[in-house]
Order: sequence, then C-alpha cells, then structure tokens
Amino acid sequence: MIDLGIGLNIDKIRAEFPALHQQVNGHPLIYLDNAATTQKPFVVINAIENYYKEFNSNIHRGIHTLAEQATRAFEDTRLSVKEFINAKEVQEVIFTSGTTESINLLAHSFGKAFLNEGDEVLISTMEHHSNIVPWQLICAERKAILKVIPINDKGEIILEEYEKLLSSKTKIVAVVYVSNSLGTINPVCKIIDKAQSVGAKVFLDGAQASAHLEIDVQYLDCDFFAFSAHKVYGPTGVGVLYGKRELLEQMPPYKSGGEMIKDVSFEKTTFNDIPYKFEAGTPNISGVVAFKNALEFVKNLGHHNIAEYENALLARCNEGLNSINMQYSHLDKLPIRFIGTSKQKIGVCSFIVDGIHFFDLGLMLDARGIALRTGHHCTQPLMDRFCVDGTVRASFAVYNTISEVDRFIEATDSIISKMKKKTFTTTV
Amino acid sequence: MNSIEEIQSEIIENFNLFDDDLESKLFYLMELGSKLEHIEEADRVEENLVKGCMSKVWLVANFSDEKIFFKADSNTEVTKGLVALLIKIWNGKTPDEILNSELTFIDKIGMSRLIGTQRSSGFASMIKQMKLYALAYKTKGQQ
Repeated sequence: MIDLGIGLNIDKIRAEFPALHQQVNGHPLIYLDNAATTQKPFVVINAIENYYKEFNSNIHRGIHTLAEQATRAFEDTRLSVKEFINAKEVQEVIFTSGTTESINLLAHSFGKAFLNEGDEVLISTMEHHSNIVPWQLICAERKAILKVIPINDKGEIILEEYEKLLSSKTKIVAVVYVSNSLGTINPVCKIIDKAQSVGAKVFLDGAQASAHLEIDVQYLDCDFFAFSAHKVYGPTGVGVLYGKRELLEQMPPYKSGGEMIKDVSFEKTTFNDIPYKFEAGTPNISGVVAFKNALEFVKNLGHHNIAEYENALLARCNEGLNSINMQYSHLDKLPIRFIGTSKQKIGVCSFIVDGIHFFDLGLMLDARGIALRTGHHCTQPLMDRFCVDGTVRASFAVYNTISEVDRFIEATDSIISKMKKKTFTTTV
Repeated sequence: MNSIEEIQSEIIENFNLFDDDLESKLFYLMELGSKLEHIEEADRVEENLVKGCMSKVWLVANFSDEKIFFKADSNTEVTKGLVALLIKIWNGKTPDEILNSELTFIDKIGMSRLIGTQRSSGFASMIKQMKLYALAYKTKGQQ
C-alpha cells in the first residue's frame, strides 16, 4: 500500500471541479488527460462569469471606471504570475495565447535580434512540436543551424552529448522542463549552467512543469520561460512568456497593432515598453483575469504537496500496470511496454500494449468513462526515437484519486485480456 | 444475396441489441473486423491506403461479373471493423447499386458517438474511396 502522507483533502479538492462529477458512457468519469488540459475549479469558472457580468471592458487607455477595473484585474494577474514564477520584475511577464504562441514569439523575436548565419540553436529529442517547428522556421530564415540533443532509452537527456553540442556558436538552448509524452523532469539547472558557460541563452518550455513543480526563474536563472494557463487549472487561450528584461528590450515586436506602440505616424512608429511591446491587440481579458484564481488555487495547495500526491498516483499506476505484465510472465514478451522510465518524473505514464493499437485501447477505455490520450502527443521525433507510432498516456492531476487509478488499471487489465484472447462478449 | 437495405437493417438490429453498451458495440465491431478476408501482403502498400484516416486502412477492389468485390485491412481493430461493415454492405454489388445507396445505418447506430469525430471523418473517407471505386468501374464499363 502506498502511504499518502500528504496535507491535501482530495475530496474537498474534487468538489471544486464540477466537470469531474459526471457520467461518461454510463460510467463515472475518470479524467486522466491532464497533460493535455486540466479541468477548472469553480474559482476560475466564476471569475470568468463575474468578469463578463460585472466589469467587462477593454483594458488600458480607457478612463472610465469599468476600463479601470478591468485593467487593474488584468494587471493583478500579471503580478500573480510574477510571484508564481518568481520573476524579478512584473514587466518581464508577457501574456500570450498559450505556450505555443510564447515560443513563436520568442523564436521570431530572439531570432531577429540574436541569430545570424552559422549560429546554432539546441533543442532536445523530447520536444513538443511547438518547441521544434518555430525554431526550424527561424533557423531557416536566419541561416542558423538547429541541433538536437539525444536522449537515452529511459527518456532522459544525455548530458555528455549535450555538452559536446555546446559551443560558442550556440546562441540559445530551448528545452522542455518536463516532457509531455514521458513525464521526464529534465536536469534544467545543469542544462542552464552548461549553456551559460558558453554564453548561450536558455529557454525552458514549462507547459507541463508549472502545475506540478515550483517554478523560480531567478533561482533557475533561465533567460526565458513559457507556460499555459489551461494546464494549471486556468482558462484556455492564455499563456505566459517570461524573459529577462535586458533581452526582451533588445528583441523586436512579434505582432503589431494596438497596445504595442508608443507613437504611430505614417512615417515612423515607436514601440511601447515591455511587456506591452509584445502584446498587440485586445488580449483574452476574461481568461487572464481568471488565471489569477488558478494560480492562487495551486499556490494554496502547494507545489510540494501536489507533487508528492501525484507521485503516489504514478507509483500506484506503475505498480498496477506491472502487475498486469506479471500475469503474462509466461510469454516471451510482456504486453505492456513503458515509454519513459526515468526516476525523475511527474505523474505521466506513457505505455504501449503489444498487439493492441493505442487508438483501440483508448476507445475501449473511453467506453468505460476513462479519458486519456492516445497518439504521438505532438512529439513525433520522440516517438521515432522509441520506434513507436504513439502511446497511451495517463496523466494525473491533484484531483485524481487512488481509486480512479485502480479502476483505470482494472479496465486496462480486462480490455487487454479480452483483446488478447479475442473473447469478444458479443452474442450476435 | 441480400439487398443493401436488408443488410443495413440487419446491422442496425444487431447494434440495437447492445442498447447503450458502448464497449460491447466496439467489441462487436472488432469481431466483424477479425472476420474480414485477409488482403494479400502485396496489397498492403502506400497507394492502397485510404487518405484521411488516422489509422492505416488498406483498401483494394476487384470487378467481376459487373460486381465489385472489396478487400481491406487496418492496423487498428476498430477501424478494421468499420471497413468490414462497409464491405458487408457493398460487397458483390454493382457500381450503380453502390453509387445510388444511402448509408442510413450510420446515424441509426449512433456511429459518431461510438467512434468520435476524428474517426467519423476517417470513416467518411473510406466511404468516399469505395464510392470512387464504384464510379471508376462504372465509367470503365460504359467505355
């Protein structure tokens, strides 16, 4: 038995998430697709509703009371984000539509400012497509070279290989803090340290990390950091790009339009200061306003408590899947193969089942009300590294329970057994 | 041989036996798939893949005695079941019968709920591909 020595009241937490309490296909929903997006607590849902009911207005520049109220709420969230990631200054927090936009912004603006012919950008094998393609595009534009840090069979960055790739040509190392497909927590301190020794900047894709690990960008001393609200119990369509002031100030705008200008004439436009220089157009105000409540929700629970609890869920899941394998120990090949077996992981369990396509298993689990993700998880090069087309991925959040994990294991066990034996229960 | 309408009615009747039991419906689909006649290894090639499917679906057709005979395979069991349903309905039918038929069973068995939006679109691609074969054989027959 796993001891859940934690200071969290999971029943109370679950009560805050209305979407969890429903039947799906005749079964109580078990939501294990949290790496894709988390469900939202009442404090977030209510904040969106309240914003539209009470102070909907366009932010900045407006002098009327509602505009002032909306602006204050919007900027309050910026302050909350600053505290959440421990940025030095609030101006270093840029709102975007999500991590993908944050990386596009960064690749484009950093590339224009700092990348020249022959310069190198390093990414890792386990990057999400969002942290591959923007760099491919800017490298092609700036005639820079994109290099890839290899990983080992456990799904960990090979630090020795990383060091070999680093040189004075390396301008930026853009790596994922926590892998969305594997759950691996990368040794980002070491990665940053080594990068700094050759004068390279470091961007951390924190999309998966932020709901599970405490983020301190000053302690990490990363130059850029991005994450999405919707993976931290917040609304969709809101993301953050953090950057060190001195770098952001040297970078040109990404999008242009309202908000990001200081003065516009037909001859010349001067740009606003950071962060507004990077925030053209009306943002997702309601989303940003409600995001503050999501951050407070996480802070109140405490990252340490969350991580400890989710680790227990992951351990239970691994134990359960291993016990399924034990039933087939007489076979040459065990049915379940884990993809990503690092000891440093968040609550993500990726696996494939021999002879059963992940799409089929995903559909069968859905028929039992179990929501998880199947496919390549937008990490095709990583899937190629493991010679698979995709995996089944169960990813945990703080509101999942041990009993849900057990039901997921039972369902997986029974489906595998039926599909292996082809003992279809049909009578027709 | 039963008419397209009769076969569809039989399919609807069979699925209705499961009421709301999604899992049994999926297993039934997989069972249908497992009974599909195997296609030749040589036919499992890129040009026989149905475009627009998430899974791999190989589909080949033969024309004999004015009738079309399909063979198919897939790398996923559920998808194999889906193409097996279509083959059950259209195998041994004339191009005109296929082209003029309406697949009423899809809505009646609640297919979109059973397989989801993405797979429904893949399913539509299979239907389109089979109708294209029918059209091609019809055109060929008229020449």
